[in-house]
Amino acid sequence: MILLELFWVFFRVGAFTFGGGYAMVPLISDAVLDYGWMTEAEILNFLAMETVIPGPIAINMATFIGFQRAGFIGSLLATLGVVLPSFIVILLIATVLKKYMDNPKVVAVLKSIRPAVVGLILSTAVTMGMSTLLGSKTLSQPFSIDPMSFVIFGIVIALSFGYKKWKKKQLSSLILICISAVLGIVFFM
Amino acid sequence: MNKEKAKGLLNLFLCMLKIGVVAFGGGYAIVALLETELITRRKWVTHDDFMDMVGIAESTPGPIATNTATFVGYRLYGVLGSVAATVGVCLPAFILMYIVSVFYNMFKEIAIVSAAFKGIQICVIYLIASAGFRMFKKLKKNTFAWIVLTLTFCCMILSSLFEWNISTLVYVFTSAVAGFVCYMLGIVKEEQK
Repeated sequence: MILLELFWVFFRVGAFTFGGGYAMVPLISDAVLDYGWMTEAEILNFLAMETVIPGPIAINMATFIGFQRAGFIGSLLATLGVVLPSFIVILLIATVLKKYMDNPKVVAVLKSIRPAVVGLILSTAVTMGMSTLLGSKTLSQPFSIDPMSFVIFGIVIALSFGYKKWKKKQLSSLILICISAVLGIVFFM
Repeated sequence: MNKEKAKGLLNLFLCMLKIGVVAFGGGYAIVALLETELITRRKWVTHDDFMDMVGIAESTPGPIATNTATFVGYRLYGVLGSVAATVGVCLPAFILMYIVSVFYNMFKEIAIVSAAFKGIQICVIYLIASAGFRMFKKLKKNTFAWIVLTLTFCCMILSSLFEWNISTLVYVFTSAVAGFVCYMLGIVKEEQK
């Protein structure tokens, strides 16, 4: 039963996430919280760990959650579930639907999803920021400001923007992640 | 299946496997790698063809990297090619993540690891926010987009604060339907290229 659920949840996520990358996070965390498979804190912890693992975030999340819930078969089914919808869609487009991709109605629908996706990502950043920096993202639990987290957040932002001003290019996120790991050890140990 | 095709399929699979292994950061990092590997080095597809595929991969659901791989694989060797390419590009991430999952529960209990994770968590928020802003910059900002974006953003935050249970799919569906209706009514005009 759990296997079927895993496959189905990730199939749904795979079918409805447009934009790739972090666009998957709102949908997956929504589903995972709904089923009680992970807590908010566990999701944040997973995302922290996931950033240093290569590969698409969707596959990483499916593999990890699948394994946590039901071992090897679970991770296999969840990963299959998340990849299958887009695989089918692309095959359909490549074979028979290519001409519809230029259809103005299809274009209109696909385009109108984009602002929603941007809204989902930005609001996810805000609610996750509330969880991490303010200790809660709902009114029913008390907020508690953690000054250390704010200091790290400030350093990360300053570094990223400072580097961009100085070198005229984006600081690689891998370096930013390494720095914040060190900051975490310095401030939280 | 003739020998030529089998060899081609194996080559395609190995190439995608390699891309899956070296691809740090996911998403567009993999697209850039695919571009150098497929166009510049192996000359399997032309630049225009590739951009066309990435465009479709972007506007269809699922990870952009796997979508592009599926497409390229199909273009080269049909359905078998798309299977080989997709499995190839996903396999390294799956294996690595599986190994990490097995050891994760042991690792996260170590004090120094959990402190480092706590630091990275803060960084992740910045990364998600900046990914959002990058997409925001690329967005075609007409009135429709502003309304959908603002409503989605506000509803998501309110539903978090008041613990309303609204599935994220609702936002995707609603904006798709709203976009279709607006288009049919001629409210949102398709921009000329």
